[in-house]
Amino acid sequence: MPSTVAVDGVWKYFGDFPALRDIRMEAQPGSCVALLGRNGAGKTTLLRILAGLSQASRGQVRVLGEDVRHEPARRRIGMLGHGIGVYDELSAVENLTLFGKLYGLAQPRRAALEWLTRTGLEPVRDSLVREFSRGMRQRLAVARVFLHAPEVLLLDEPFTSLDDRAIALLQQLLREAAGGGCTVILSTHQLREALELATHVSLLHRGSLSYSGERTAQMLADPGWLYRSYGDPG
Amino acid sequence: MSFFGGAWTVAAKDLRSEWRTKESLNAAVSFALVILLLFSFAFDPDSEQTREFSGGLLWLVFAFAGTMILNRSFAREIPNDCLDALVASPVSGAALFAGKAVASFLLLMAVELIALPVFGLFYNVRWGRQWALLLLVVVLATWAMTVIGTMFSALTVNLRLRELMLPVLVYPMMIPALMAAMQLTTVLIAGEAIAGDNLIWLRLLVGFDIIFTALGLGLVETVLVG
Repeated sequence: MPSTVAVDGVWKYFGDFPALRDIRMEAQPGSCVALLGRNGAGKTTLLRILAGLSQASRGQVRVLGEDVRHEPARRRIGMLGHGIGVYDELSAVENLTLFGKLYGLAQPRRAALEWLTRTGLEPVRDSLVREFSRGMRQRLAVARVFLHAPEVLLLDEPFTSLDDRAIALLQQLLREAAGGGCTVILSTHQLREALELATHVSLLHRGSLSYSGERTAQMLADPGWLYRSYGDPG
Repeated sequence: MSFFGGAWTVAAKDLRSEWRTKESLNAAVSFALVILLLFSFAFDPDSEQTREFSGGLLWLVFAFAGTMILNRSFAREIPNDCLDALVASPVSGAALFAGKAVASFLLLMAVELIALPVFGLFYNVRWGRQWALLLLVVVLATWAMTVIGTMFSALTVNLRLRELMLPVLVYPMMIPALMAAMQLTTVLIAGEAIAGDNLIWLRLLVGFDIIFTALGLGLVETVLVG
């Protein structure tokens, strides 16, 4: 089966410092890769390169067989970074309609309303985002990412600052997406939530990939085992 | 999404955001009016000498007020990391740049169209039959300021001192366009026709617009993604 995400010998330098060192990994359709690692391991840097937000200093990244900066590839990627990526001075429905238009949806407003209903934000659809609670903003960000039915989902710390209801919603959406053939790559420090979802695990340690393989039952039973075996035990 | 569709979606978003907050519009209009008022006290508006530099005065006011608009162009995307969401979307960097430039251009034109009658009132300017040509000069020079400002707004968006850095970087680049605008405006205010030696300034403005628009469209992807 062809890989949806193929990372081949990627290096990333910030000045002289190599933030990523010769990363090689692949992800198949329907797989969910938990990208783990301590702070500064390079998870966000790798996800930004995969999303086309940053360029690799060396090496090549192909998403769905294309250069990630090509428009057709970006149309099929959903990225949720550290920020929620929605505008405070626009309403919830205006935000989603805007991104629906940018992603070329035929009926952006209709898709926006559907996702507002799915994320429980329909009652506040015309309220400005600046009036939203943190949890509501996160749910809107989740709706933004799923709005265009992406085939590759890149999520950087998606569970951070979510309440239990929003975590459950996100886990359900990710399961549905992966079940539908979507490739999910998510970085997180919340091992248990990530490992419950993951089919594969990649561990970054000081910019290098120290483990990459299927998620095993041992990892679920003892989430700290991976760090003790392949990473920095401290 | 087509280039024009993407650009217009981005421009409409920026205009809607600015209309809701009026952050830069209020500041730029107030600044322009206050400076015009202060200069009218400092110089005798009826003197011949004042008429000779009135074009320069007008464009300095527009340039200073313009940076207030242009500073917000990409800075508007900083809260919630909206710039990442935009850059990750299928909209090309060129369309993003064009959308941002169009929104800033329309905002800057709004400031100028408010300031121009006030300038005419304070400095006893009779626009006469030259208003159409003056409008052409205003449009060309405003677009020149906008493309330069939008490009450097993208370049400085992640700098801590971007409010300071933008004018420092932008003003030297704007000098040719501002000089042309000042010369042409002074000529038009004096009631003279744009002909002979003055035509070169009009050509310079047009050339400046074409070159820097092409550079902006071509380079913005590198500026945003590296």
